[in-house]
Amino acid sequence: MSPDSTGLDAWVDVLSAVFMIVGATMSLGAAIGLLRFPDLLSRMHAATKPQVLGLFLLLASIGLQMRTWWVWPVLLVAWIFQLLTVPVSAHMVGRAGYRTKHLHRELLTSDELEAVVQKAAAKAAREDGSGDG
Amino acid sequence: MSRRRISLRQELPLLVWLVIVWGALWQDFSPGNLLFGALLSVAVARLFYLPPVELSGRFNILYAVPFALTFLAKVVMASMQLLYLAVSRGPRVKNAVVAVTLRSHQDLLVTATGHVISLIPGSLVVEVDRSTSTLYLHALNISSPQDVENLKNEVLSIEAGLIRIMGTREELEILRTEATA
Repeated sequence: MSPDSTGLDAWVDVLSAVFMIVGATMSLGAAIGLLRFPDLLSRMHAATKPQVLGLFLLLASIGLQMRTWWVWPVLLVAWIFQLLTVPVSAHMVGRAGYRTKHLHRELLTSDELEAVVQKAAAKAAREDGSGDG
Repeated sequence: MSRRRISLRQELPLLVWLVIVWGALWQDFSPGNLLFGALLSVAVARLFYLPPVELSGRFNILYAVPFALTFLAKVVMASMQLLYLAVSRGPRVKNAVVAVTLRSHQDLLVTATGHVISLIPGSLVVEVDRSTSTLYLHALNISSPQDVENLKNEVLSIEAGLIRIMGTREELEILRTEATA
């Protein structure tokens, strides 16, 4: 930072400092959630949400500090890809986790999928049975 | 296997997006670079042919901007809520798996709704039933039937927002009849 920095520069520095601290806190929150939540599905919540915001804030502070406009499109593309990929990976892991019963059923207050799954399983079993016989 | 070709107009959003990514990666938006990027994107779209995404042909920017802003605010809220739950509730958190039937049967809209609700407070798509366009969500911190209702209404209102932005006219009509009913 040059000694003759104007007031605006100082404000940009403060803003990016705040963004960096909050962004890092969000990533910390994700880590705490991963450690403390009881089962796979609730851990997936911790793994997806706070770090999307954390990454956004860190990228924004990079953009503020670089002070060139051409860095913004790259940061935006990076964040958009994050937005597009995170729910997909969370969905794939969550789906696999549900199907392999990696969940604590006693923690669910209601489960509207279980009946559907059992119905489908019963139907598949019936079709298997008739195919064999 | 021959596939149905789609018109250039339908392919245009994809091509524009590819050119933007190309320019962003080179950090160079000069006309020459963009032109080369456009040539490459056409070549890529021809060589690696994906099933066409069916766009409804309308996009309402007036609804899109407020939607994007509320989405950002909700992402912030979701993260704060999660941080609070992780620290205060931790292993004692109560969850639920909830089924929500959407109005739309378009793949794009169901996908977009799934993405948005995966990123906002306490929900995660566990399973999708494409034939009935039902999303099965895993939701954090749900302890009463009232919470389940709130979540369902939230999801449906997000879908309504997305329909206003890029749904087909038939879906808009469904929204209108719902509002008057």
